[in-house]
Amino acid sequence: MFAYIGRRIVQAIPVLITVTLVAFALIHLIPGDPVKIMLASRATPEAIATVRHQLGLDRPLPIQYVRFLLGALRMDFGNSLFLRAPIGPILRQRALVSLALLCYSILVSLVIAVPLAILSAIRRNRPTDHIVRMFSTFAFAMPAFWTGLLLVLFFSLRLKLFPTSGLGSGPINYIRSLTLPSITIGFYLAPVLLRSLRASVIETLIAEFVEAARARGLSERRVLFKHVLRNSLIAMITVLGINVGFLISGAVVIENIFALPGLGSLLVSSILARDYPVIQALTLVFGITVIVVNLLVDLSYAALDPRVRL
Amino acid sequence: MTWIKESYHRTISEAIKRLRGRAKSERRWSSMTLWLGVAIVGIMIILSLSAGWIGFENPNEQDLNATLLRPSIEHPFGTDELGRDIFTRILHGARIDLSFGLITTYASLIVGMLLGALAGYFGGAFDTIVMRAVDTVISFPYIVLILAIASVVGAGLFGAYIGVLAVSWALYARLSRGEMLVLREMQYMMAADTLGFPVRRIIFKHAIPNLLRSNLVFSMSDIVLNILTLAALSYLGLGVRPPTAEWGSIIAQGQKYLRTAWWISTLPGIVVVFVGVGFALIGDGLADKLGEDVTGAF
Repeated sequence: MFAYIGRRIVQAIPVLITVTLVAFALIHLIPGDPVKIMLASRATPEAIATVRHQLGLDRPLPIQYVRFLLGALRMDFGNSLFLRAPIGPILRQRALVSLALLCYSILVSLVIAVPLAILSAIRRNRPTDHIVRMFSTFAFAMPAFWTGLLLVLFFSLRLKLFPTSGLGSGPINYIRSLTLPSITIGFYLAPVLLRSLRASVIETLIAEFVEAARARGLSERRVLFKHVLRNSLIAMITVLGINVGFLISGAVVIENIFALPGLGSLLVSSILARDYPVIQALTLVFGITVIVVNLLVDLSYAALDPRVRL
Repeated sequence: MTWIKESYHRTISEAIKRLRGRAKSERRWSSMTLWLGVAIVGIMIILSLSAGWIGFENPNEQDLNATLLRPSIEHPFGTDELGRDIFTRILHGARIDLSFGLITTYASLIVGMLLGALAGYFGGAFDTIVMRAVDTVISFPYIVLILAIASVVGAGLFGAYIGVLAVSWALYARLSRGEMLVLREMQYMMAADTLGFPVRRIIFKHAIPNLLRSNLVFSMSDIVLNILTLAALSYLGLGVRPPTAEWGSIIAQGQKYLRTAWWISTLPGIVVVFVGVGFALIGDGLADKLGEDVTGAF
């Protein structure tokens, strides 16, 4: 087990390095002088020189990269030019909102996807299966921001059950204000989960150990819940892990519709404000999150399913 | 004992008949989904190209005497706050969205498939470099990388093209490399190698036609994803700029009037879903016909 953990962590290192390189390179790939673009109308020669020095852009590239890495390790990304505050604490504060949103969304999408996937798999190629697959095709084709607007139109404006945007204070209002965004993301993620889960349940249903369980005379319900589901749930962790990038992508867009103060809305507002240090920091944070989640998924998979370690 | 044999034979032949019937109905079903999808996408393409001839010329024509009108025979999808006809705007927006979807998807398919095929065939350092690049691209949530690239190139339609192209080749490369590793060991590939065919011929004539199948199936859901991405970027104000008609930007502009004029935002969304389902149906139909299942490629 420890050998496996070690090997898996070593495998993640090269990708970690290239991800930091991409985030670092962003500011250098801008055509023209990034400092001039960022300062726009305020770009006097003195201001340009000050900001360039502040960002360390007047140093040689390798030194800039090392400083970027060392800063990132301490969550120190310098100051936001636009918000005029250190980036690290802003990220930490906003990450909490995004994390709450992601967890809630995962819950919603599982509640939608798991029962439908199982139903679809045991009734495969029957009308029920076709209906479920139709649903997932429609859900996949729905623009997430449009689904969000429909939910707002119905649940906030008509029924007045949930706030249209913003983050509520107090635990109950907090959850209420995250509900519509989470349902939106749930509908966006569910079809992708549903397809993979359906395939994995079908794969389990025709496995030899299921046949063996049936041959031993176990009831169909017991076969389904004890043998098939347990194996499919392990597969679900992997499916979630593979799609964590897809999930975060949805959250980035949805945070903007509902004006939630998370990392995604910060990314969009920073791009509109050409606040490149924040864009760099967020790109890095998002990239590393996906790598770490995938690492954790692989490790938990190995812990749950001994076959993987071999 | 003969009756046992006979009834046994009867059950078997009945079972075979039933299975054949089911296979036939499944084949018919897959043809139906395929052609339904082609019809949906075809209708949308024809409508958008002929918009000018069938009475929907100018997507930006304002009529301040006809603002925020409900859907009617004259304005099938209603009008917006400037009296512009939503249906006309959707048809003209379709040109931008559909061409974006098709160009980004098939350009990435060609590049990704070639890189993946070469990486899988040759292995070695080239393989390592390509796969490292793939791993890096898919380590980012795709929207984040597209937004970051668009912020470097500059927000707008061009930025969206560059961003999506830079990201979406990676999945084709990974898919094609994986398949190439299997193909490489196939008898006919080895035979082609033994016959002394040049590598170019082996890859393009023998391998690519086989890789094309799964890549084409995958491309159908990728088109949907890419169109939705452009719409999302425009919605966020980082894609197509107003007043240019584009599906995402029409939906975004209608958001302010959600309470009073629900049709501005909701009806374009239905068109997006309609087109998306069309492409997805083509993908499902192709997958059934070609015997491919690449749903796990995501």
